[in-house]
Amino acid sequence: MMKVVIVGCGRVGAQLATMLAAENYDVTILDINPHSLSKLVPTFQGTALLGDGTDEDSLRKAGIEGAEAFIALTGEDNHNIMAAQIAKHIFKIPRVICRIYDSQRGEIYQDLGLETVSPTITFVQSFKDKLQQG
Amino acid sequence: MYVIIVGSGRLSRSLAKALLDEEHEVLIIDKDEAKVSAIEEELGSIYLLGDGCEVDVLEEAGTDRADVFIAVTGHDEDNLVACQVAKHKFNVPRTIAQVTDTKNEHLFKMLEVDVTVTSFDIILEHIKREIPIHPLTRLAFFPDTEVEVVELKIPSDAASVNKRIDELSLPSESCVSLIVRSGEDAKIMPSSDFTLQAEDKLVIIARGTQSDLEKNLCDTFTTPEK
Repeated sequence: MMKVVIVGCGRVGAQLATMLAAENYDVTILDINPHSLSKLVPTFQGTALLGDGTDEDSLRKAGIEGAEAFIALTGEDNHNIMAAQIAKHIFKIPRVICRIYDSQRGEIYQDLGLETVSPTITFVQSFKDKLQQG
Repeated sequence: MYVIIVGSGRLSRSLAKALLDEEHEVLIIDKDEAKVSAIEEELGSIYLLGDGCEVDVLEEAGTDRADVFIAVTGHDEDNLVACQVAKHKFNVPRTIAQVTDTKNEHLFKMLEVDVTVTSFDIILEHIKREIPIHPLTRLAFFPDTEVEVVELKIPSDAASVNKRIDELSLPSESCVSLIVRSGEDAKIMPSSDFTLQAEDKLVIIARGTQSDLEKNLCDTFTTPEK
């Protein structure tokens, strides 16, 4: 079973964690705010942990050693960037995906070897497509 | 030199003032309007209101011609990202980041921030100097060269008491550069036949990996006589 660690349990994080767990991934989701973890549905089949995604000890507790993928989805670009770089450079996780709202910052880190997703660009494209498709 | 400082706390303002006194060009970037107006009052219009991690803001600041880029926001992740953007997008030759959590220091180094400064370590060294937990204090360390400057005090029971410097086995690349003895003039670059006494304070410059070096120096100068 592929092990995935997700940092940030907002709407996106919680839903992604739930979907992946339902598809039999071994999912651990981490958030510093207990209230955020309550967003997970009761049927969530993974592990939810209170902890800071930029703290190596918290990440170890989340079982990052041995994870095949790491996804950073907190609301703060810089927090995601730092967590993702810890996962990539310290824990050598093979796949690290990082949400960066600021698309220019995203490009820099794409060049530095992170897989980045910019919701800004994705949304703009999707709204534009919708409009133009009528 | 053109120096950009991201973050505008007290540290940043004092630093800016010192640099301006030395006639360097300084710009402070901060996104907090209230803090920025404090700079205006104290130092004049040497600020830019904005997020020091954003490419557009750094472009406006002329980061591509900065000689040094310093991030002291108080938040480790913001300091890291600001320095990485300055380095990789604007090719700033020297980036310096304040690190609050000492555990993050090795990550910053790994990610090519040129210099990290942790106030915690500095305060700790100062306190250690004032209380005799350990006879050796590190005064300065130059990571790229593995050269270290240390101060140590000869305990009264040390084997080195009444020995000449050339009778002791110093680490291969090292020199005793200063001896301070109470009631006497300090000796800069004492000769090798200088005889040590209890309570002498020595400043030594030496090269080597930190832990080996410090152990070696303690063995030589502070180990009690058998």
